[in-house]
Amino acid sequence: MSYIIADGVRKEFGEGDAKVVAVKRIDMTIEQGQFIAIMGESGAGKSTLLSLLGGLLSPTLGKILIGGVDIYSLNRDKLADFRREYIGFIFQSFQLVPYLSVVENVQLPLAVTHHKESAKLALAVGALERVGLKDKAFRLPNQISGGEQERVAIARAIVNEPPMLFADEPTGNLDSRNSAEVMNLLKRLNSEGQTIVMVTHSNHNALYADCIVHIADGEIGDWQAQKSAEPWKTAVM
Amino acid sequence: MKLHNIAMNNLRRRKGKVVLLVMGLVVGVAAVVALVATITALEQDVAHKMDEFGANILITPKSESLAMTYGGLNLGGLAFDLKEISQKDLDKIRNIPNAANIRTVSPKIFGVLESGQIKSLVAGVDFDAETSLKKWWKVDGALPEYEDEILAGAEAARRFALKKGSPTRIKGETFHVSGVLESTGSQDDDLLFIAIPVAQKLFNKQGMVGMVEIAALCHNCPIADIVAQISAAIPSAKVTAVQQVVQGRIDTLQNFRRFSLAVAGLVLLVGCMVVFVTMMASVNERTREIGIFSAIGFRKSHIMRIILLEAALVSLVAGIIGYATGMGGARLLVSFLTDHTSHWSMDPYLAAGSIVLAVLLGLLASFYPALAASRMEPSEALRTF
Repeated sequence: MSYIIADGVRKEFGEGDAKVVAVKRIDMTIEQGQFIAIMGESGAGKSTLLSLLGGLLSPTLGKILIGGVDIYSLNRDKLADFRREYIGFIFQSFQLVPYLSVVENVQLPLAVTHHKESAKLALAVGALERVGLKDKAFRLPNQISGGEQERVAIARAIVNEPPMLFADEPTGNLDSRNSAEVMNLLKRLNSEGQTIVMVTHSNHNALYADCIVHIADGEIGDWQAQKSAEPWKTAVM
Repeated sequence: MKLHNIAMNNLRRRKGKVVLLVMGLVVGVAAVVALVATITALEQDVAHKMDEFGANILITPKSESLAMTYGGLNLGGLAFDLKEISQKDLDKIRNIPNAANIRTVSPKIFGVLESGQIKSLVAGVDFDAETSLKKWWKVDGALPEYEDEILAGAEAARRFALKKGSPTRIKGETFHVSGVLESTGSQDDDLLFIAIPVAQKLFNKQGMVGMVEIAALCHNCPIADIVAQISAAIPSAKVTAVQQVVQGRIDTLQNFRRFSLAVAGLVLLVGCMVVFVTMMASVNERTREIGIFSAIGFRKSHIMRIILLEAALVSLVAGIIGYATGMGGARLLVSFLTDHTSHWSMDPYLAAGSIVLAVLLGLLASFYPALAASRMEPSEALRTF
């Protein structure tokens, strides 16, 4: 079932001589429950594509349909509501709020919902449990390691159980051991039914995905479906 | 976890910035409070001092008058149908609605002393009321205490060759000079003063008064209303406000207020700028964080609420500290500027006003930074996507 559809999407920045075409034309379809890895050289337009797909950056041309909804036809507030309900973001460099504790960071997407406080806390603790960080719930981000911070970011992305996760270089700042832990976690979430779109430079991380999309000069160069190489088994070993 | 938790945690974590923001507002609020409290104290002091300058309401018997001219010659005026003022009427003055504003009621009665070729006006007065009204009186000797004592104006003493202890006769009665007034430059210099009951008896005007001078405390007092109320209470009397004195007082007080408003406006503007610049810098520093909020689904109004909530909390604290600091400053300032010794206590209106002002100022100055934050594109704010 087609879940995310990019239809003739183009993105330009600037005007006149300063105009830069970050994405020339993208047409793609992502099925529900798929794990897609977007790869490409620096400046190829993969992060811009992720922003476009995730409702963070409106396209110059074309449209993005998620679950049949043309997300950029929504007004700003409705689009924010849509992101909160349907999309979990995992940012490069973790992007945790430094003055909030781990559990408060995880609760952030719930701060503007109408859940009871006790329910919010229970959901956040549950998400932390899923990423194995329940015991560090009340620490500040600077009191935990980089790998743990990335897992907190994942817990924040999944706390309200969105059907989609968008990850931009989720292991970009991690060593190989922490990278493997994070990738295994993403794979597990995918196996539980979460649709994942991930930008990565790493060929090894891309092996976790069902499909690798190569981007070059703002266009899809290659669409490579793959049988799972099960790299997590190697990582565990 | 609610939006206010985010605001509170941010303030707790960024103590340095919060202190800077609070200080900026405290200076503004404290300056305004100090100014308002000082001006209020000075107004009271000025009003008090000016009230000591003398009477500002005059009550005289009502009469019909006729200007007499003939063939271009002015033959003076003729007063007729004179309605005397009864001493009993004076009690009615103390019962008017604005009676609390009446500081002194000084009745007088007049008669003439003839000694050979020399004539002088004798005024029967209530010495307590008269000295309360005329703080500038300086007496060589003492004020009359007994019925047979007399106080002589400087010029009258010179003309009748009176000095302290001298005897003099008025309408067959012998009086002794208890004291001589130092020259005042007013009509008092030409008068001889005796106690009003003695004068009433002497001039056969028992129970009557010739005129009444009234000093009303004029700090924010409605002098025109007082005049109307006395006129209604004593219909037989003509009640006049001494316009020059009253107007002078009002003008002085208005000038004080205008000055205070101008300075307060200037200080508020500076305070506003301090808050605006600090909040704008704070928003710029938090671009990434605001990008995260936006990306994970905070609406524009949610982001604005966080920033404005922080501004309101900081402003509330600044308002309280500003009020306390301002009152302390005012107390110090007033003690230097005047010998004002009025009781200082917490003015609930000024306290509430300064806190509300601080919060409004903080919110107003933070509105644009909050709006700018809420308008940030999440992808631009994060820069990583």
